[in-house]
Amino acid sequence: MRARIAPGVSVATPLLPPADWRDFLALTKPRVMTLVVFTGLCGMLAAPVRIDPVLGFTAILCIALGAGAAGALNQWYEADLDAAMRRTAQRPLPAGRMERQSALHFGVGLGAFSVILMGLALNLAAAGILALSILFYVLVYTVWLKRRTPQNIVIGGAAGAFPPLIGWAAATGDVAVLPLCLFMLVFLWTPPHFWALALFVKTDYANAGVPMLPVVAGERVTRTQIGLYTVPMAIAAVAPWALGLTGAVYGGVATAMTGIFGALALLVATRTQTPDDAMLPEKRLFKFSILYLFVVFGALVVDRWLA
Amino acid sequence: MTPDEQDLVRRRQRARALVLALLLGALVILIFAISIAKIRAGMA
Repeated sequence: MRARIAPGVSVATPLLPPADWRDFLALTKPRVMTLVVFTGLCGMLAAPVRIDPVLGFTAILCIALGAGAAGALNQWYEADLDAAMRRTAQRPLPAGRMERQSALHFGVGLGAFSVILMGLALNLAAAGILALSILFYVLVYTVWLKRRTPQNIVIGGAAGAFPPLIGWAAATGDVAVLPLCLFMLVFLWTPPHFWALALFVKTDYANAGVPMLPVVAGERVTRTQIGLYTVPMAIAAVAPWALGLTGAVYGGVATAMTGIFGALALLVATRTQTPDDAMLPEKRLFKFSILYLFVVFGALVVDRWLA
Repeated sequence: MTPDEQDLVRRRQRARALVLALLLGALVILIFAISIAKIRAGMA
């Protein structure tokens, strides 16, 4: 039988046994989903409306399923890229543990189910934004931008910024200034987060032909851009407090965490890679950036509860 | 297919059927709970 491996490229593959259920789970990128679910949950808990626990659980489940669907469709489209990168070569499709069509059917089915369930159980606003986020990640980021421009994760980063908006919309039925601030925070956090990663896996991206900034523009430009993007990210982080939308708890935590983020980003922005460099500052910035979002969003929920 | 391959296929089909059954059961419970929550919200 013949199966499509890359867009426009067909190669012969042997008939595969049915994929294990764990491979379907791996398609949903569970680790990435953790951050998506957490920011969505915080968006929902920060809303001024108390949501029924069952409906709240359903909203978070829909956000998780939507993120899983986007991840599955991303892996379906990028099987050729994943095969070329050490970090992703063991995923179900490049490792040959699953038919490509199974991943497509799974992704489309899961995405449609998550949007329909959100629309029926919560409201159309939340369902609409969820659908938009899935389509944005798959069509705008994966299909359109990723292979074409080093700005891929700058614009594509919007896809990961939708969950706080969805969580808020699930609780209130509309969108307000605070969730928009949270959207901007995640949107502007994405470039320094991903470029820190791209600096230490540059060879992987270069081998796969992905035009990430360090591959196309070089290490120096990437470091400068990490420093530059940290400035608007810091403004977005403290904006909810400066605008009077949150209290001192969020303001204090966001300011302190952003200060540490800024210091780590400055270190990365000003240093030059040396031969046999272990890239420790870049790895530290990447790891801290994940902790940063968890802590800042957690502080927002605590702040709103104390208000 | 060799006997080993047939055995692998059967094991995977069984595992997938079990997981799907559990998920469908969970979905039934979830839909029921959503219905109750909606009715309760409508009465409030």
